[in-house]
Parts: sequence; C-alpha cells; structure tokens
Amino acid sequence: MEWTFLDSWIVITGALSAMACALLGNFLVLRRMSMMGDAISHAVLPGLAIAFLITGSRESLPMLIGAVAIGVLTAFMVQGISKLSNLDKGATMGVVFTTLFAVGLILIRQAADHVDLDPGCVLYGAIELTPLDTYEIYGYEIPAAALTNAGMLLLNGLFVVILYKELKITTFDPALATTMGINANVMHYVLMTFVAATTVAAFESVGSILVIAMLIVPAAGAHLLTDRLPVMLVISLLIALASAVLGHVFAITIPVWFGFRDTSTAGMMGVAAGIIFLLVFLFAPRHGLVSRLLNQALLALKITRDDILGFLYRYNELTTTKPVPVKAGTLRNALKLGFSINMAIWDLKRAGKLVTEGDGVRLTTLGEREGQGLVRSHRLWESYLCEHLNACPTDVHLPAHKLEHFTDASMQSQLDHESGHPSQDPHQRRIPD
Amino acid sequence: MKSMKRLMKSLIAQRHIALPACLMSTLIPATAKAAGLAEHVFELPSGVELIRVLTLQDYNTRVVIIGTTLLGLAAGLVGTFLLLRKRALLSDTLSHATLPGIALTFILITYLGGEGKNLIALIIGAAVFSVLGTVSVIVIQRYSRLKDDAALGIVLSVYFGFGIALLGIASRMETGTAAGLSSFIYGKTASMLFFDAVLIGATALGSAIVCVLLFKEFTLICFDYHYAATQGWPVMRLDFLMMTLVVIVTVIGLQAVGLILVVALLIIPPSAARFWTRRLKNMVILSGLFGGLSGLLGSTLSALMANLPAGAVIVIMASMVFIFSLAFGSAGGLFQQMIERRRLTNKVARENLLRKMYELYELRDSAQTASQIEEGFRFEDLLAARAWSSARLRRTLKSALSAGMIQGDGNQRFTLTDKGLHEAYQIVRKHRLWEAYLITHADIAPSQVDWGADAVEHVLDREMIQKLEKMLPDLKDVKIPPSPHELQAAQSVT
Repeated sequence: MEWTFLDSWIVITGALSAMACALLGNFLVLRRMSMMGDAISHAVLPGLAIAFLITGSRESLPMLIGAVAIGVLTAFMVQGISKLSNLDKGATMGVVFTTLFAVGLILIRQAADHVDLDPGCVLYGAIELTPLDTYEIYGYEIPAAALTNAGMLLLNGLFVVILYKELKITTFDPALATTMGINANVMHYVLMTFVAATTVAAFESVGSILVIAMLIVPAAGAHLLTDRLPVMLVISLLIALASAVLGHVFAITIPVWFGFRDTSTAGMMGVAAGIIFLLVFLFAPRHGLVSRLLNQALLALKITRDDILGFLYRYNELTTTKPVPVKAGTLRNALKLGFSINMAIWDLKRAGKLVTEGDGVRLTTLGEREGQGLVRSHRLWESYLCEHLNACPTDVHLPAHKLEHFTDASMQSQLDHESGHPSQDPHQRRIPD
Repeated sequence: MKSMKRLMKSLIAQRHIALPACLMSTLIPATAKAAGLAEHVFELPSGVELIRVLTLQDYNTRVVIIGTTLLGLAAGLVGTFLLLRKRALLSDTLSHATLPGIALTFILITYLGGEGKNLIALIIGAAVFSVLGTVSVIVIQRYSRLKDDAALGIVLSVYFGFGIALLGIASRMETGTAAGLSSFIYGKTASMLFFDAVLIGATALGSAIVCVLLFKEFTLICFDYHYAATQGWPVMRLDFLMMTLVVIVTVIGLQAVGLILVVALLIIPPSAARFWTRRLKNMVILSGLFGGLSGLLGSTLSALMANLPAGAVIVIMASMVFIFSLAFGSAGGLFQQMIERRRLTNKVARENLLRKMYELYELRDSAQTASQIEEGFRFEDLLAARAWSSARLRRTLKSALSAGMIQGDGNQRFTLTDKGLHEAYQIVRKHRLWEAYLITHADIAPSQVDWGADAVEHVLDREMIQKLEKMLPDLKDVKIPPSPHELQAAQSVT
C-alpha cells in the first residue's frame, strides 16, 4: 500500500463529511425517519439544476441555497401530502423523491445541453478528486471540500449543542415537548433544513449514497451499543470516522489482492460502515444478536441443571433404600431433553453437585441441598397457587414448574407465610425444609 | 501552488485512477453556459415525425413504447400489494441492492472469459442480491431494536456502496468493457431492444396471471396478515411469492428505466389509484392502467422531443396522474374532501340555526308572549343567541331560506316554515335525548351537557336514536323532551 498526502486529504475530507452526516443521523434514526435522509438526498438534484439555470453560474452558494430549498420542500410535501390524504408515509416519500429526482434528471439534461455529462457524480461523487480543488489558508493548501465539510460539521455540532434539550425532547416525546412550549413541528423542519444542507455539502465531494450511508449506518450502530443519547452521539461520530479511514484503506488495498488497482473510496466507505454495523449487530454487549442468543442458551442451561437436580431429589425421595445412581440416558428420557443434558451434567459435576458412580450419576450433599431448595420452591408455589387461585390441584404444576427457577430464599419464606406454612403440597407430598 | 497541483495530477496519473469526470463542480462543466430558461425551448417535432411516432411506424419507437407500457402495467399491478403491505420503500431498498449483484456477475463472467454483459446472467445476479437485501432488512428488523426505516436505510446504502465499489473495479478491468453497466442505474429506455420488450411483456403477463390467480390470498395477507395465519393459510410462502413478483418486476425494469425510477413505477401508480377507489380489485386494475398509461405517454413524449430522457418523462407522467388523483380523486381526493367538509359545515350550521330558532320559540312560549312568535326573529336576535359570526349566520340563513326551511319578510324577520319546524323538532329531540343520556348514564351535571350534545346531535342516526329511546324509556313517546337546563335568549360572552 502506498500512502501519500493525497490519501490523507481524501480520508480527512471523507471523515469530515461522514461525521457531519452521522451527527444528524442520530436524530433521524431515533425519530424513525431514516428514509427521509434518503428522500432528501435524492430530491436535491432539481434544486441544483434550477439554481444553475437561474443564476447561470456554478457558484457554490446559489447551488447550496437551491438544494436546501428543495430539500426542505421535500420534507414539507411528504408531511403535507401524507397528512392531508392519509396516504402511507413511506409511499408519500417514494412519490415525492422519485418525482423530484426525475425532474432533476430532465433539468440537468437541459442545463448542460451540449456537454457530455454523467449524473452519476451525484450518486457516487468523486472523493478521489477533491484534493485537486484547493484554497490557500496561511500558506497551507487545503482542499475546498475539506473546508466545506469541516464548516458543516461545525455548524451541525453547534446546532446539536445549542438546541440539545429541544432536540432530545421533541425526539423522544413530542407531546411533552408541546406542553413545555417547544414546537415539535418547527424542530422537525429545522432538523430537515440541516439535513438538506449537510447532504448538499457532503455530496459535492462524496456522493449521495455515501451521504445516506453516513446518515443512517453509524447512528444505527451506535443505537445498538448504548441507551444514552450523548454516548450515542459520540459513538456514531467514532463509527463515521472509522468508516472513512477503513473505507479508503479498503479501496486501495482490497482490489490489489484480486489483481486490480483500486476502486471507489465512497463505495468502500459505505462497505466499511456496513461491516462495522454487522459487527455491532452481532456482538453488541446488550442488544447484539450473539449476546442475546448466548443469554438464551445460558438460561436454558440453568433450567436444565435445575431440572436435573429437582428430578434426582424427587427420585431419592421415592426410594427408601440407599439411592441408586441414575444413568444419563434415563435422565434424558425423563426430562425429554436432547444433547444439552450432557452439557448440564458436565457443568453440575464441575460445580460439585453431581458425582459419577458406576455408570450413572448421584447427587452430592451440595446438589441434594440445591435440589431440595428447588423442590421446596415448586411445592410452595403449588400450595400458594392452590390457596389463592381457583386452579387446584390439577393446573398448578406447570406454573410452579416455570416459577421454581426464579424463586429465591426470601420469596420462599414469603410464599410459605402467605399459604399458612403448609407441610404438604396439594398432591400430598411433603414440602422439604 | 501550481507545482503542487501538477504533483497531485501526476500522482493520480501514476495510479492510473480512472476518474469519473464528475465532481459536483464539474457536474455542470464550466464550458456550459446557462443560456437562460427562455432559450431552453424544447424542439417541437414536425408533423411528419409526429405521425410516424404516433402510428408506431418506427420499429425502435414501437419496441420502446410497447415495452414501457407493459412495464408500467406490471409495476402498477404488483405495486398495489406492496403499497397495501406498507412496504412501498422496500422497493427502493431492493432496487438499490441489485447493484452489487450486477457488478459481481459482470466481474465473474468477464474473469471466466465470457461476455460480461449477458443480460440474463446480469438479471439473475441482480435478483439474487435484491433477495439478499430483503432478507437482510427482515433480519435486522427481527433481531435488533432498530425499526424498519433504519433497516431499509442501512441495507440500501451499504449494498449500494458495495455495488459502487465493485463497479469501480469492473470499470478498471483490462478485459471487457464495463461501460453500459451504469445504464442499470439510470436506465437506457431509448435503446431498448426487441428482446427486452419481450422479457418485459412476459413479466407483465406472468405477474398479471399470478395476481389474478392468487387475488383472494394476496388480499387476505394485505389486510389481515395474522388472521390469515390463524386461518391456516401459508402466509410466509404467499408473502415470499408476493415479494418475488416485486423483485422480478424491479430487475426487469432496472435496465429500462433505471433503479431509482423503477421505484417510482412501483409506488406512484398504486398511490394514485388509491384516491379513486376503496375496493382492492378496482385499485389493482386502475393502478395497472395508470402505470401503463404513464409508460405509454412518457415514452411517446420522449420519442417526439429531443433531449427528454424517457425514464424521467415516464415518471413525470406518473406523477401528473398522481397529482390529478390527489386533487380530484373520488375516494379521498383533496377537492372531494373539501366539498364534503363544506357540506358538513353547512349542515351543522343549518341544524344549529333551526334548533336555536325553536328554542327561542320555546322561551317566548313560556314568557306568554305568543303574539311575538308571529313577528319572527330579527337578525340581531339570532346573532346574539349563539356564538357565531354574522357572516356565517348570514350564509346559513340564506341556505335555509333557499331550502325552504325558514321564511323572511320584508322587515328582515325570520320564521320557521312547516318544513323547517319539522326539521327543528328532529334536531331538538336528538339534542335533548343525548342530554338526557349524558345526565342519566354518564353522570354529567345538567348544566354541563349542552356542549356535549351540541357536538353529537348532528351525527346521531336513526339506529342510535332507537338505542337512546330504549335506554331512556321515559322519553320514548315524548315528542319534545323538556330541556334539562335553562335556555338563554342571548349567549353570554365569557
């Protein structure tokens, strides 16, 4: 990999625009309006073209104004049409932005009549070219796109910091905001204005698809990692930064492995963001897929362990002579379980609650005490349910069977007290101490 | 500074980056002079050209027009179910998700030494990735706390980014030329081939047949998915089939109108159709017609005038149909809503007037000033009786006069006619029944019930009145129940 200052500028520009987008994206994701970012970034196309047709210049300012105006108009039209006509909001969005995009395509064709023109730049930009267009500041040459996006990031940062309270309340509880005198509607349109401006500033350099990716993906990833808004904002900025750096690295390294030179940095930034999101989606500590599945598996294992101990305790209760070891196969059949029983037995042996004897297993004193506790919980629940619900005694076993796993000592004594210190459960079995 | 730029340029040249010539600042090149809007007149076609196009004499035009019409038809049919499943934007996501499929297929085939732009292979690649995209959306929605909008946005942008990256590689391959792959993004309607039109026709026919055969099943899962599931319908499979239809129409439409505009064809016609009917069967037919019409008009217009990209014009046509439907649709169009609202306002105002006049009669009766009844009420009396503006009251009097409910003499005094009196009986009775109901069954103080009844009296139908009579047996045979609260001749301003 060959890294030059050119690459540094590409990464810096990409990171600045990505972070500017990600900051606002948090509020879009939390307000469930992610697709609004998509709609606006497609819809600004005619704004650019109209600005050009009216002013006849390629100055940035008129184009910015034109694009922002159309962006806000999009938000107004989506809101207005879906409110007036009761049409599904997604469909309204689809109608509005595809129409505006089509208008934009036609206008651009008219605006640039005799020149070969690729509207593709609107979609995937040309971040690789941004270092060519520079401004000189204090003797340093800074790419114009980097300056624009830094400015936008700064503006968005100020917007979020100054209006933090208002944004937060209108996002999470618009009704409360209204009672507090904060106009949720106004905040909505202010946010949409900033989204439109950010979109334009960013896609001048990196293209609209990257804008959508950076608006939504880092914020969505951050949302899976935390429940606190300030933390979410910071994490989304970090994800955006990482996506920009990794994206460019991917763009100039991965194709080389397959014998190609390089590829689009903007596209790869989207891919990098996607990979980061996938990792978060799988491995986030609380909301991740793996941790959820793991928690489920651990709970299932605990319940299997409890069931084994309870079963063996009852088994011992029934045999008056010295208890005979029970085979794993017998346990499996009795508890109607699969392979997981072997794991539970192994786990119990490790904890010193079961010992192998002959070709079966037997409870240790520790295991016997825990089994006794479980059976006590079970039978206390049965008594309690009998006492307080009219479901006696046939329907009390199943609920008790579920509840016994989550009953601790203090709850046992409460149950005991509530059902009048019974010595037998409804099935006339002794309740152990 | 110059040297620096030269250095950069040489760096770029060294790396042989095939740069897309499309910075935003170069989107509209410096050489392009804005000629001002006035000079951008569309060249109108000559008469001969007009006839040639309209009579489909030109082979190319014929293919394009028939192809786009059928595509619009198919998209309109399938899009209806998509709209009703509230998944309109899913079409946006899955059409963007096709791009990596197209680019990857192209790269693989070229790498294996084949002709990269094999249409069938590209379409299959696109379909595979759009299914993958749909599955990703469902997985994100199902297994994380993120809502559908975020899931759609994530899949759309990440897949499309991947597609752009692959396209970047494809365009830098030494063998095979990737030029033309981008036509999947913007479409190349004007250069549609006969084979494309046949493909579109087959798709349209196929999707129409499936929609007809499975109409009942699709209706069921559109309106009540869970009910269908409890009834034992294979809802998952039906849903999957429905989505397959959407995927097929999308990938077929891709190269005709491009991946953004095919979304428009799936969403706009059914959205427009919804403003004309509430019956699904009619909506499906209408949506198909709208789609077909947009394709027909759009491609014809684009063939007639130079410089109009067909895909975009087709979408504009669909949008116009939508705007017309939104404004004038007979089932929830804005104009119709406005008329209905005005009709309701007028009805309410007239009923208020009649009730007020009747109550004033009652007041005078009790005041033993029967002689005054003959004289009728002055405008000022009526204005003071209720909180209404004089303009509103004047309008209401006028409409009541023309409906023959009241009559006025030359001194601007108004009395109820027999017809008006009969109408007034009805409305006063409704008002008092509801008041009595509020007092006896909702425990509301007699002084507070006037307002509640004021709002409800206008919407009580015969059935409701019968129910009220059953609940208030004392009042069943009373023609006009007495008012539970004191009536006032003039509204006190508070």
